[in-house]
Amino acid sequence: MSTKQSNTLSEEKLSKLTAICSATRKQIIQMVFDASSGHIGGSLGATELVVALYHHLMNHDPKNPNWSDRDRFVLSKGHCTPVLYATLANCGYFPIEDLKTFRRPGSHLQGHPYQPKTPGVEATTGALGIGFSTALGMALTAKNRGEQHKYYVICGDGEIQEGQIWEGAMFANKYKLNNVIGFVDRNYLQTDGNSEDIMPLDPLAPKWESFGWKVYEIDGHDLKEIIATVHDAKKSDSPVMIIANTVKGKGVSFMENAVGWHGGVPSKEDVEKALKELEHGI
Amino acid sequence: MEFKQTRQGYVDGLIEIADELPEMVVLDADVAKATQTLQFAKLYPDRFFNCGVQEQNMLTVAAGMALEGKIPFATTFGVFATCRAGDQLRNGIAYPRVNVKVAVTHCGITVGGDGASHQANEDLAITRSFPNMTILVPGDYEEAKLATKAAAKFNGPIYIRFGRDKYPVVPELQEGFEIGKSKQLRNGSDITIISTGILITEALKAYELLQEKEIAARVIHMPTIKPIDETAIVKAAKETKGIVTIEEHSIIGGLGEAVAGVVAENNPCPVRRVGMRDVFGESGQAQELLDKYRMRAKDIIVEVEKILA
Repeated sequence: MSTKQSNTLSEEKLSKLTAICSATRKQIIQMVFDASSGHIGGSLGATELVVALYHHLMNHDPKNPNWSDRDRFVLSKGHCTPVLYATLANCGYFPIEDLKTFRRPGSHLQGHPYQPKTPGVEATTGALGIGFSTALGMALTAKNRGEQHKYYVICGDGEIQEGQIWEGAMFANKYKLNNVIGFVDRNYLQTDGNSEDIMPLDPLAPKWESFGWKVYEIDGHDLKEIIATVHDAKKSDSPVMIIANTVKGKGVSFMENAVGWHGGVPSKEDVEKALKELEHGI
Repeated sequence: MEFKQTRQGYVDGLIEIADELPEMVVLDADVAKATQTLQFAKLYPDRFFNCGVQEQNMLTVAAGMALEGKIPFATTFGVFATCRAGDQLRNGIAYPRVNVKVAVTHCGITVGGDGASHQANEDLAITRSFPNMTILVPGDYEEAKLATKAAAKFNGPIYIRFGRDKYPVVPELQEGFEIGKSKQLRNGSDITIISTGILITEALKAYELLQEKEIAARVIHMPTIKPIDETAIVKAAKETKGIVTIEEHSIIGGLGEAVAGVVAENNPCPVRRVGMRDVFGESGQAQELLDKYRMRAKDIIVEVEKILA
């Protein structure tokens, strides 16, 4: 079991996490290329969030995935399985070779997370809004039992256009679910374009605040800031939403802020260029 | 004849099993007075969660509770659980096969005055098409209670359907409920009547009327719609001249089509369906509506005579 509760991030740990992010991004590119389908842009954008959680913040034990005191993570923006599966494999929940089976018949790595099949996946998500409410139901149960672990959930910014999200926002406030720490992956891009053109979300922080949530706004690629914010969020007596400003497609020049990379599949040349950039920087 | 609500059977079943199953919890979406779960809430306030008018959130919150080991009964009206929250029912409950019981009241035309918006006549069609779902439609108060308790002890998603009105208590349904099993209430070799839910009363009346015409009907009560009791259906198809189904539901996608499918694949014989004939309902008293939409014993007879003609 890993207990990773240090509040300050040493330079050594920071550079280790940075390297993990880079490696994870390469796996994301490779998985979507191998599968000829999948969601690269949102996965690259959420990499620091997922890596910070699994490789530093969360108490979890890949050798004992059902350990009752573990922190739980729910990827409510379920289409970003590449970043989740790469991370679960890197943590040791299943062999890294399994990533090659992503989206293939017979694989436990479905296009969207499927809890019954994949070790480490806590909830079946994909239909937007469902992961969020599922996490709240889990969190309410744990809170009523007096359990101390946390529930981390990442929603896409496009996702929170769903009415169900705001049902859940009310619900979490009613039951004072301060064991929930949510993230909105705020990259301003959804499938059909810029969120503010498709269905405006700004001003976003006051929306969550008015629903009774404690809100932080951070740079979603700054590992130090992510980690410091989560440590502070754990002290909250209300549910927490961290609005993480991110860049969709982060780390690959031609994918950054490009709406086409929501569900686009890279060519062989794209992959080579992307992997090179991830190795040496843009 | 004694009349009782199946929704009262539901909450009485919950209360009876509450101490035996401490992880069982009940959720409602601001219709607790109507579904009767308020009675449970008063006895077990710590195990009751009123989610407000949020059927989508409620069903998926229930899924989360089940993942943490609870046995949640998410309760609302049938039309809201399957249509408003159909995505959550499919993707949040059926697909991951979480141990959630979706318990619904106010199903079928006998909802009455609230009209078509509140009369779930399509819910069986929707839920039948979801893999992993087990679907229960008890026939009277006592069976509602027995089915609720059986659902609580069953591991997996269940859709369990109750009505609004008071319906006759059927002596044969007072014991022996088993998920997946039908009950043959009358034996006959001319024709078979298969019913589900509270319309068993009309099927039994039809048996009497047919007896006067010297037609021997077999009457099968089918409180589990999925998995359907294929054995009983195939046996009836072989041993009688045809099957008439009756359900308080659309003839599309419900009991009638389930029976017809089994018959067509195993032992083809005439099947005729009594139910809502691809129309929305309307406001009215339950009994008036059963007359108007032809879900009565005499309507079964009409179909029987078509088969035997």
